[in-house]
Amino acid sequence: MSLLSLRDVRVQFNTAGGVVRAVNGVSLDLAVGETLGLVGESGCGKSTLGKAIMKLVPVAGGEILVEGVDIAPLNREQLTNMRRKVQMIFQDPYGSLNPRSTVGRSVAQPLVLAGWKADATAERVETLLRWVGLPSDAKQRYPHEFSGGQRQRIGIARALALSPKLIICDEPVSALDVSVRAQVINLLEDLKSQFGVSYLFISHDLSVVEHIADRVAVMYLGMLFEVGGRDQIWREPRHPYTRALLAAAPIANPKLARARQRTVLQGELPSPLNPPPGCPFNSRCPMAQDRCRVEKPALRAVGNGVQAACHFV
Amino acid sequence: MQRFEFLGRFARNRGAFVGACLILLVALMAAFASVFFPTDPLRIVGLPELWPGEDPEFPLGTDSLGRDILSMIVHGARATLLIGLFASAVATIIGVGVGAIAGFFGGWVDEVAMRAAELFQTIPNLIFVLTIVVILGSTLTNIVIAIGIVSWTPIARMTRAEFLSLRDREFVQACRSMGMSDFRIIVSEILPNALPPVIVLSSLVVAGAILFESAVSFLGLGDPNVASWGRLVGDGRQLIRSSWYICAIPGIAIMITVLCLNLVGDGLNDALNPKLRDR
Repeated sequence: MSLLSLRDVRVQFNTAGGVVRAVNGVSLDLAVGETLGLVGESGCGKSTLGKAIMKLVPVAGGEILVEGVDIAPLNREQLTNMRRKVQMIFQDPYGSLNPRSTVGRSVAQPLVLAGWKADATAERVETLLRWVGLPSDAKQRYPHEFSGGQRQRIGIARALALSPKLIICDEPVSALDVSVRAQVINLLEDLKSQFGVSYLFISHDLSVVEHIADRVAVMYLGMLFEVGGRDQIWREPRHPYTRALLAAAPIANPKLARARQRTVLQGELPSPLNPPPGCPFNSRCPMAQDRCRVEKPALRAVGNGVQAACHFV
Repeated sequence: MQRFEFLGRFARNRGAFVGACLILLVALMAAFASVFFPTDPLRIVGLPELWPGEDPEFPLGTDSLGRDILSMIVHGARATLLIGLFASAVATIIGVGVGAIAGFFGGWVDEVAMRAAELFQTIPNLIFVLTIVVILGSTLTNIVIAIGIVSWTPIARMTRAEFLSLRDREFVQACRSMGMSDFRIIVSEILPNALPPVIVLSSLVVAGAILFESAVSFLGLGDPNVASWGRLVGDGRQLIRSSWYICAIPGIAIMITVLCLNLVGDGLNDALNPKLRDR
């Protein structure tokens, strides 16, 4: 049984301009101990999907199974058990900590809500801060006294408090300096090998995902285009969008960079208010045919453990 | 450490510092009124209409009945400040409550709360206060409640605006993702971040409340058992041609106190929102 299974998950928002289908039928599996990288352009719905799993946005349809239990229809009280298993790390280390709470109070919050006793909580907070490499006097200080990387460590400590099985990382390093980024990623990897925690790693930074993910899911306009092992996808991207995405990532070696073929995507991500009919990528796809403008491709196995949603792969 | 920093920022605004000192003086005066003037301030103690300085026993003179004006001012400070503080507390409690719920939940709750606030804003404040006092009776409690009821709307709007900007911040989402209850999120997470501008507004409502109470008392609708400053002005108005000092002395006391409260409000604004100061 996989740790997390999404079955045709849909999230929609009613706006003044109409219904935005931010997540439009996503199915995905995440195994125990696995890191799944979820990549895509800004606005493709990857963060919304992460929030839907945390039930921070209303789920319009589909099933979200955590260890086989569908959490989509559950109410707040019934979710308590799930909250212990799934936690989240947020993107903005400046916004994700209450500026008027001490670090100790922020980290202790999940424990307090889970009904831990005061002395056990204090002890656990000490341990958590040590795990993420912060001095133990950090707990009586306020978030503004810390750097971005340190704050992200505080956020990680908070997410780890109840020993979750899955941590949803919503662009955890996007707001950090490159030098600090590596430290935080190494910390996440250390914690994974130490505690066997799984990550759903949401990012638009392909180099980070290449480094940390075991499997990768590529998202575009609310749907998944390609899912598969990281090596398979990096070596041989099947979907034209994945190819364009990987081609857009910079390569450190200038010789290789000059040698490679580049298909540069034209245009912007279409408005999710008014997505093109058929395949949502047809307006920018170099391979688009008439069929793509009518029929929406389904995610199907294309060999090597990779799934892709394109009529022509 | 943080507290000293706060005081330092507050004192850097010199007006606020002077204002705070004077308010403190008035507050001490109010607290120790019965020590300085142990007798009832409403008792007749001398000749009527003695001008200030005419008799060294009554440095601020006596009123039309021969009561010591200085004694009445000192005792009146207590009533005036208490009315101001309690009316502001009533307004803050109503305003923060309504604003927090409206801003946090949004949707129809917000619509209903804001239409209600508009309803209160469209009624002329003073007339509303007078109506409530006339219907419920001229007691101190009723006056305080009436002033609170007309003064809560700006606080509600301010609180709502703060909640609107804070409720979708990531630290609030983090609390939601832990399964924290809405009530706890409102009270222990958002409210501490929303309070600084509200505190500034509340300090200004104290000043407004003192003015309201003075107006009510001036019109003769104040609590007859309490010698507030407004009542002294009201009592002296028949003699304003001959003995204008009876009105002027409590009037100046009101003016200075309200001015100081406004200065303190400005200082609090500087100290609580340091980023806005240098604009």
